[in-house]
Amino acid sequence: MSRQFTPKVVTANALIEGDVIYLTADDRWTRHHHEAELIEDHAHAQLRLLFAERQKSTVVGAYLADARRGRDGPEPVHFRETFRAVGPSNYPHGKQAGLIDVQI
Amino acid sequence: MYRYDDFDAAFIRARNAQFRAQVERRIDGSLTEDEFKPLRLMNGLYLQLHAYMLRVAIPYGTLNGARMRQLAYIAERWDKGYGHFTTRQNIQFNWPKLRDVPDMLDALAEVEMHAIQTSGNTIRNVTADHFAGAAADEIEDPRPVAELLRQWSTDHPEFQFLPRKFKIAVTGSPNDRAVTKAHDIGLRMVRDAAGAPGFEVIVGGGLGRTPMIGKVIRDFLPKADLLPYVEAIVSVYNLLGRRDNKYKARIKITVHEHGAEKIRALVEERFAQLRPQFSGVDQARLAGIEAHFAPPDFVSGPTDAYATERDTNPAFRSWSDTNLAPHRNPDYAIATISLKAHGGTPGDATAEQMRVMADLAERYAHDELRISHEQNVVLPHVHKSDLPAVYAALAKAGLATANIGLISDIIACPGMDYCALATARSIPVAQEIATRFGELRTEHDIGPLKIKISGCINACGHHHVGHIGILGLDRAGVENYQITLGGDGTETAAIGERAGPGFAYDEITPAIERLITGYLDLRSGPEETFIETYRRLGAAPFKAALYPESTRRNAA
Ligand code: SF4
Repeated sequence: MSRQFTPKVVTANALIEGDVIYLTADDRWTRHHHEAELIEDHAHAQLRLLFAERQKSTVVGAYLADARRGRDGPEPVHFRETFRAVGPSNYPHGKQAGLIDVQI
Repeated sequence: MYRYDDFDAAFIRARNAQFRAQVERRIDGSLTEDEFKPLRLMNGLYLQLHAYMLRVAIPYGTLNGARMRQLAYIAERWDKGYGHFTTRQNIQFNWPKLRDVPDMLDALAEVEMHAIQTSGNTIRNVTADHFAGAAADEIEDPRPVAELLRQWSTDHPEFQFLPRKFKIAVTGSPNDRAVTKAHDIGLRMVRDAAGAPGFEVIVGGGLGRTPMIGKVIRDFLPKADLLPYVEAIVSVYNLLGRRDNKYKARIKITVHEHGAEKIRALVEERFAQLRPQFSGVDQARLAGIEAHFAPPDFVSGPTDAYATERDTNPAFRSWSDTNLAPHRNPDYAIATISLKAHGGTPGDATAEQMRVMADLAERYAHDELRISHEQNVVLPHVHKSDLPAVYAALAKAGLATANIGLISDIIACPGMDYCALATARSIPVAQEIATRFGELRTEHDIGPLKIKISGCINACGHHHVGHIGILGLDRAGVENYQITLGGDGTETAAIGERAGPGFAYDEITPAIERLITGYLDLRSGPEETFIETYRRLGAAPFKAALYPESTRRNAA
C-alpha cells in the first residue's frame, strides 16, 4: 500500500450508561483508552469494527479512531478523542472522576 | 401561566408510556439503534460525547417555582446535580442513563413539562422575549401567541417531516430581545396606523453554515390572521424546501434561492386559500390562552427600601445598575439572575441554586421565572421594595454576579466538552475570558458588549450575532478560533464579519484583550459602546488591534 496505515482503536458508547468505551484484544469493552487493542492494519481494523457493530444490544455508534502506541498502551491522537477519554474540561466529571490513570 | 388541559396531560402520559416501552425494547435488543434513534430524538434524548443528554422544553422560557424545583430534583436524582440552560430557552441534563430517562420524563410530566419536539425536523420550541409580560416597552405579552403556535404545531400531521427543523421566535416589543431575525419565522409585534397590535413577519433568518438575516414579507399582519399565515409559510416551505441536501434544506436557503418576492407571493396565495378555513376557533382558543397569561396582581407600596439600599450598599447598586430592567409597572423591576459567574460555565445552575431561584420566584416574583436565550434566569416581576432581600438571597447562593450585558455575560454553547458535533471547545474559552476581565475589573468601564461562542458551524452559541463572535474550529487536529466582529441580534440585526486568521486555544483570550484595549482607545467617550464604535469606524482599526504583527508588516 502506498499510504501508511495510522493505528486505530475501536471505540463506541455503552448503550445503557452512554459511557465512552473501547474494544480490547480479548473482546471485552473497557472504559480505559490504554487498555484498548491497538490495531495496526487495515483489514484487521475492518474485522474488529464489524465485530463491534454486531454487538447491537451493548454498544452504540462504534467507529475507528486514530491512536498511537504510548508508554502504558494506546493513546488518543486527535483532541476530540482525548476529551472522550477523559471527560469535560469544566467539571471533574466523566472518566476523570473515577480514573486516576488516564492522563491528558 | 398556561396549564395543561386534559388532552395535553393524556397526550404526554401516552407518549411517556410509549417511550418507556421503546426504551425497554432497545435494552432487550428487539429494537436496533437505527430504529431507536429517531424515537429517542423525538423525546429529546441525544447521545453526546460522554453520555446521553436529555433536552427538556421550556416553552417560551417560562417556568414557575414548582417546575424549577422539579428540575432541581431531576438534576439531583438522575444527573450530577446541575442543569444547563441553553440558547433555545431549554434545559439540558448532561448525564442521564438510558434506563432512567422514562422516569425522568414522568417526573417532568408531574409538573406539566416534557421533552417532545426538542429535536427532529419539526417545528421546535417557540421562543419568546424573556421579558414578556413585564417589559416597559412591550405592546402585548407575546406568550399567548407562542402558546397558540405550540399547540397548533405539536404533532401537526402535515409538519412532522419538514425538510429540516423549524424555529419560530416571537417578541411583543419593537425592541427585539428574541433574535427574531435569525429564526425561520420571526414575529415582531408592531402597531398599525390605527394603533391595533399585529406582527411584522420575518422569514428565512438563521445562523449556522449559511447565516442569513430574515426578510420581512409582511409589514403588518393583523393578530387574527396569524395562524393561517404561519401555516401558509410552513406549507409553502414544506413543498419548496430542498430535501436533497441537508445543508440547503432550511427555509433561509429556500428564501435565498427563490427570492423574498416569490416567497411572499406564494405565501399570500396559500394564505388566501387557508384563511377561510380558520373559522375563528383559533381566536377563541387564543382568548382562552390569554386568560392564563393575565398579568399578576401587582401590589402598590412604597419603594423607599430600594433607594435606601442603593445609597448604602455599593454592591447592590452595581447589581441593580446592570441586572435590572424597566418594568411596565413603575413600582416593579425585572431582575435578571446571572448564570455567568466569572469562571463558571455559562448557563449552568446547581440544584441548590435552582431551589433558591424557585423560592425567590414564589416569594417575591408572583411565582414566575424566565429563561433567557442569553442563558440567564429572569425574575420578571419584583416589587422594588423587595429587591434588597432578593439580592441578599442571590448573593448567598453565588447568583448575584453584576454583569448582565457586559463582557463576562458570555453566551457559549456546550462545545466539545459535551456536544458530539463540536469541532472545538467553547465553555473553557468563555470561562477564561470572563475570569480575565473579572480580574482586570474593567468590565463596567468597557460597558455593553456581547461575546458569543459556538463550538462548531451550527452556531448554537449565536456567534454570528455577537458584537464579538468566536467560532471554534478544528484546523488540522488543533483547536482554532475564528473571530467575527460587528454582529447584532436585535432589531438592527447584522451578521458579524470575519476578522482574519483564527487563533489557537491559548491565544484567544489575549486576542480579545487586545481588541478591547483597541476599542477603549478608539471610542469617542465612555458612552460610546463597542458596537457603536465599530459601526462608526468600520472593521479596520479593530483588525489592526487584533493583528498587530500583520499591521506592522504592512506598514514596513
Ligand atoms: S454550535 Fe456546534 S458544538 Fe455548539 S452546541 Fe451547537 S452543534 Fe454543538
